[in-house]
Amino acid sequence: MQAKAGQFFSSGHTNNWAVLVCTSRFWFNYRHVANTLSVYRSVKRLGIPDSHIVLMLADDMACNHRNPKPATVFSHKNMELNVYGDDVEVDYRGYEVTVENFLRVLTGRLPPSTPRSKRLLSDDHSNILIYLTGTSRWNGFLKFQDSEEISNVELADAFEQMWTKRRYNELLFIIDTCQGASMYERFYSPNLMALASSQVGEDSLSHQPDLAIGVHLMDRYTFYLLEFLEDIHPASTANMNDLFKVCPKSQCVSTPGHRTDLFLRDPGNVLITDFFGSVRKVEITMETINLTAPMVFSIEIIIKNYCNQ
Amino acid sequence: MAVDDPQAVDHCRHRGRLAALAIAVVVIAVGVPLWWKTTETYRAWLPVTQINQLAQLQLQLSVEVEVVFSRGTLTAEHQKKIDPTHTRLEEHPTTVLRYRYETRYRTATIMEEDALNQPTAAETDQSLHLLSESPCGSVVIYVVPESSTLLPEGVSVYVGQRRTALLRAGRPMRVGIGLKEVLAHLETQVQQVLKVMSFSHSDITAALSDRVRLDYSSREGLADSMRAFKSSPGYEITFSLLNPDPKSHHLHWDIEAAVQSYIQPLLSKLAPVADFSLDSQILYYAVLGVNPRFDPSLNAYTLNADSLSHVINPVEARLGSSAASSNPVLNFLLYVPDARHSPLYITDHRKYTVVSNAFSSPRWGGIMVYNVNGTELPVHINIDMTRVMGVFLAQLRLMLGVQSSTPPPGFLVGPCGPAGLADWELDRLLWSRSVENVATATTTITSLAQLLDQIGNIVINDNIAEQVSAAVASLQLAVGQLEAGNLGLALQYSKEAILHSERAFFDPSLLHLLYFPDDQKFAIYIPLFLPMCVPILLSLLKMAAEARQRRRERQDKKE
Repeated sequence: MQAKAGQFFSSGHTNNWAVLVCTSRFWFNYRHVANTLSVYRSVKRLGIPDSHIVLMLADDMACNHRNPKPATVFSHKNMELNVYGDDVEVDYRGYEVTVENFLRVLTGRLPPSTPRSKRLLSDDHSNILIYLTGTSRWNGFLKFQDSEEISNVELADAFEQMWTKRRYNELLFIIDTCQGASMYERFYSPNLMALASSQVGEDSLSHQPDLAIGVHLMDRYTFYLLEFLEDIHPASTANMNDLFKVCPKSQCVSTPGHRTDLFLRDPGNVLITDFFGSVRKVEITMETINLTAPMVFSIEIIIKNYCNQ
Repeated sequence: MAVDDPQAVDHCRHRGRLAALAIAVVVIAVGVPLWWKTTETYRAWLPVTQINQLAQLQLQLSVEVEVVFSRGTLTAEHQKKIDPTHTRLEEHPTTVLRYRYETRYRTATIMEEDALNQPTAAETDQSLHLLSESPCGSVVIYVVPESSTLLPEGVSVYVGQRRTALLRAGRPMRVGIGLKEVLAHLETQVQQVLKVMSFSHSDITAALSDRVRLDYSSREGLADSMRAFKSSPGYEITFSLLNPDPKSHHLHWDIEAAVQSYIQPLLSKLAPVADFSLDSQILYYAVLGVNPRFDPSLNAYTLNADSLSHVINPVEARLGSSAASSNPVLNFLLYVPDARHSPLYITDHRKYTVVSNAFSSPRWGGIMVYNVNGTELPVHINIDMTRVMGVFLAQLRLMLGVQSSTPPPGFLVGPCGPAGLADWELDRLLWSRSVENVATATTTITSLAQLLDQIGNIVINDNIAEQVSAAVASLQLAVGQLEAGNLGLALQYSKEAILHSERAFFDPSLLHLLYFPDDQKFAIYIPLFLPMCVPILLSLLKMAAEARQRRRERQDKKE
């Protein structure tokens, strides 16, 4: 009991959220959708329910006219793993994935008519995982829909707004794009940990093309990230230091980077499942209330019948 | 002609100079202000000074205490000398909190004496209620003599259903003991009672946990704060019956009646705190994600406490919730195990079965396992809602923040009454909720003001300014009511303050305009303004050069 209590208090979170965003469209950017769906699949497998995941896909690859295997999105060239699955729930799709909507989801400034599934209803005890993938041709920006960009300053400001309103307990930010490290350079809010697939000045490369589908299926960093996550199960004790080692330069060609100076806990003490899974804390109910049998209830019925006459 | 030409040329040049000057004047005097005005963002006025004042959050909580002496607790001469009112001020400079306890002393009336003559404490409590009604937030303590048989052995305080407590006087009243000593001893006992029935310093600081960085010296305090939902204007409660084996078990639960008789009274009592919406559902073929193990010693299947954390997630996907509101959802699940895994017990870490056969998850809800016995299948079961609701009610109380801390030794807490919530428990909740609301609203407003200050290009519309002013007004009223001791009004104003501040902070129009780095700003302005400004500047420079030239010529001529 003592050990459980200790674990209860160490991480300080009671629920998990995930915001997974793919920002690029067009068929040749198939790999970005596959990236996002791989992370979605891992996160669901480790326990985060759909009601706590905001999935934003800027284009539809599974039902794209050019997809030779409709209703599937594969992550490996032998078509081993269909990451689309049969219970995927996309919250923002197609043209709804814009910089404005992304910032609105993060800061909570959505119009009152927005349904619950499209909101990030986190509180001060939520651990949030944010995963972004897309193209970015230059330092400090990420392209959305090939027509607009989000800059690292806007992202840092959005996180600061989340912090002032206590919308997260701890936040893990992962980005898979060229020059990804530039996106977390400007963060200044506490309790943020960031990972990127490449440093400033480097390009993030894709993994392998599939000759039947005709496009590259995944990016290298997320491919090895998915491999790593497939070994994690809900009771696993792997920690963040293992995550930092994913995809070294020999496999990734680019150098993945990470940033932990704003994070209060030591990364070695942070479990992977603190962000990717949703291990609920439970307490046995020791006390119950002794209720008297519904004598009162029958009197109510009598009175109701009496009054209805 | 030759004579006219220089004059004409001069005239032309003079006209040209005037034109250039006029254009320059128009550009500077009219153009620049016009550009400035049209490119500035509209920012309505916000009451920043008042917000900064509120940010210091100096709260004073006032509690009215009435101490009633029954016959035999005070000697006659003490009764004559006693000061009828007494105010005690408790200050905590580190958290700028002040507590003011206004105590009134009086002797019991004849009717109260009759009530105190009842055989048991519970009956005394009931009769005392019939006599008077104490306002929200106040506490009435009846002091009974040490020899009284009302309280059982070893119990010095009995806490009743409403806002009264029975306190056994500490030492026998001997002649010669000064009034001051008697009162001082009484004071310490009264303070203990108030910590249980009203609020303690740790409760209030826990409610302020957003603003006050606590060192969680009490694990109970931390567990409480993580377990209960944060203050919200409304909650949704869902009762679900999970039947994984409909072929063998035909279940019938009268949820409507059960909710009406057991849950609704509690929710009506909590109406000042929040709005509640209730619904219920039955899920068929819904299984728990964990396989229970067979325990031969118990001849039953068991679910160990460690595996319970993995039970909730697979079920949650099927529960659903209302799409329209963003209120927190409390789920209460009743699981009837399938015939192959019956009976199913939950065991704790020491491998003992849990009596309630239920567990809960902080800020989510509770699950109870209900075993049915039936020899011939299919079994028709009428679920015993009394037992089920007893468990759910206890879990609901925990989720909503009715603290379950164990009372100090010598205290006996009476049953909580028909609504499932004693009045003093409600008062405790109201105190911590009011303080929490005030703290949250203040934090929201101050951070909004800071944000709008920091990020210069967010538009502040009039309606946001209105909401902010309304929030500030409500906050000031709430703080005032807390000072005056009107708990009900304080909670109401604090809820209004939260509503206005949240509306202001989360207004969709407050999305800051896209950030433009300086080089992009120059890239936009230069092609527009440079071609226009260059001729003006050049002509002004030329005019200045000519003027200097003429002045030099005039000086030369003079010499």
